[in-house]
Amino acid sequence: MAIAKEKLIWMYRTMVLHREFDERVAKEFAAGNIPGFIHLSQGHEAIGAGAMAALRADDYITAHHRAHGHLLAKGGKPEGIMAELYGKKTGCMKGKGGSQHMTDPDVGHVGSDALLGTGTLQAAGAALSCKLKGIDRVTVCFFGDGALNTGAVHGALNIAAAWQLPLVFICENNKWAESTSIYDTTNLTKLTDRAFGYGIPGVAVDANDVLAVYEVVGKAVANARKGGGPTFIEAKTCRQRAHYEGDTETYRPKEEVDDCKKRDPIPRFRKKLVEMGILTEKEADKIHQEALGAIDKAVKFAEESPYPEPEEVLTDVHA
Amino acid sequence: MKEITYLKAINEAVDEEMARDPTVFIMGEDVRAWGAPFGEFMGLFDKYGPKRVLDTPIDERAIIGVAVGAATTGMRPIANIMFTEFLCVCMSEILNALCKTRYMTGGKVKLPVTIMGYCGAGQSAAGEHSSCLDGALMRATGLKIAVPSTPYDIKGLIKSAIREDNPVIVPYHLNLIANGLKGEVPEEEYTIPLGKADIKREGSDVTVVATYLMLHRALAAATKLQEKGISVEVIDPRTLVPLDKQAIINSVKKTGKLVIMDEEPITGSAAGEISAIMAEEAFDLLDAPIKRVCAPDTPIPCTPPLEKLWMPDEEELIKAVTEICS
Repeated sequence: MAIAKEKLIWMYRTMVLHREFDERVAKEFAAGNIPGFIHLSQGHEAIGAGAMAALRADDYITAHHRAHGHLLAKGGKPEGIMAELYGKKTGCMKGKGGSQHMTDPDVGHVGSDALLGTGTLQAAGAALSCKLKGIDRVTVCFFGDGALNTGAVHGALNIAAAWQLPLVFICENNKWAESTSIYDTTNLTKLTDRAFGYGIPGVAVDANDVLAVYEVVGKAVANARKGGGPTFIEAKTCRQRAHYEGDTETYRPKEEVDDCKKRDPIPRFRKKLVEMGILTEKEADKIHQEALGAIDKAVKFAEESPYPEPEEVLTDVHA
Repeated sequence: MKEITYLKAINEAVDEEMARDPTVFIMGEDVRAWGAPFGEFMGLFDKYGPKRVLDTPIDERAIIGVAVGAATTGMRPIANIMFTEFLCVCMSEILNALCKTRYMTGGKVKLPVTIMGYCGAGQSAAGEHSSCLDGALMRATGLKIAVPSTPYDIKGLIKSAIREDNPVIVPYHLNLIANGLKGEVPEEEYTIPLGKADIKREGSDVTVVATYLMLHRALAAATKLQEKGISVEVIDPRTLVPLDKQAIINSVKKTGKLVIMDEEPITGSAAGEISAIMAEEAFDLLDAPIKRVCAPDTPIPCTPPLEKLWMPDEEELIKAVTEICS
């Protein structure tokens, strides 16, 4: 598989930005600078970066409550996302959506739901739009292993399969639905077995390997784009942090978290890129520094931005 | 003018809007072969084909959720929910996905979704196929609600609903369909703006607000009350959200008395919300406490004699009006 050097570096840069962004959000939340409920996704970075590398800019995505990184990868600006987290007027949703609904239709990200599974239905709707209009855009929906058990995800898989929609389902299996193991709430050991029931392909991928994600999603997207219908992908990932910021995570063995960090997708990809001669260590360090610089800039922008005007409470209900 | 049925008026409205705008399409259960169970979409599949009239799985949550995604990406779906009582299955998609996405994205998306389906008792359809949910739907902040009572109104309201860039629900009353209600509509194209009430009968002694089937019962009661010397003004709000408050206030200015007739259990009904608004905004105009003629706080019974008792009727309205005018 030949992947252009620029794309490889883009994937690495995107993963690093995602990681450092969420690390900074954790700090700012702990310092009391960010309101609300915050769910971070350190460990999941290869999914958004690998998938988005396989998409065109005009393709659509939907995501979920743990999804700052998906929007960064889709082209959302760190300033707008950080300002949204701070609840500022300059946020990408004017401060009215916040962390759990992090979305920006301007870059083709059309919904993040915190009522799990809903986003997969909206993604099916976006895919239906494209099919009815006869345009070859593909939609990718990201959802977690917890959402997999909802009626919404069942409904989306079923309708996407029945109508052969250009839709790729990416189930980010970090094994934990909040504090409950996915294996306590299904009788499956392979989540891809669900795909069989809908008559669509199901593929599992090691989501600590961004190139494997890119390859699997790339095939599914190409198939969807040429009218081959949906694919279900189980992206086997790892939640490095607790469910939400503030969760003491008494339910999860410490060894699992340690193991998670050992399989961290970012150092692994960095090593690979250096071995491939795509990046030198120095260049990789520079990418980290640039990410930190972009995030500093985003935080400064968020801090200095005003809150929305009082009248904003009443606007945007109706078009 | 021409005379058509309430059912045909639905069909004409949707047909005209589908012809006018290629992004309008219907999705729902049994819309293709049957044109929906009572046939309101009959002929549209043959005319517009499989890309415009889509049979869905029996999964109301999927119907609304998919409609939301289609709307945010440039289509204008008509989400047919068959019986509006089935909205209970997909209330999260209504309250959250459909009604909040525009607000939560800071106004970056539009949600031009029209929900349609049957409401109303009188067909022994029992507890899960008969309710009007208007009071509950008024609390679905962001959702506009049309409540058509005549062929003229339903045609004009559906056309406006489909053109509206916001979610609108248009429930239609099963009794008015099943009993073949007819009425005049213009030959030429027309629409009715959302938020404009209609005075269905002018009067001077008491104002009665009613919707759907109840509007017809109110008109029949008004005729009988006229014989007793009581002049009833009957207001059809035509949409509950937005509500044409001023039309009701103007009428109450004249009559000083208000009765609201609503085919819902009284608690949490649309009649309750209208009463609250009038108590706040028109208290000084009222000569007597507002009266509500609603159904009891029970599920709708199946058996015809009990169902008949459950539904608000002419006699109950006549009694309420007589009391308020005495």
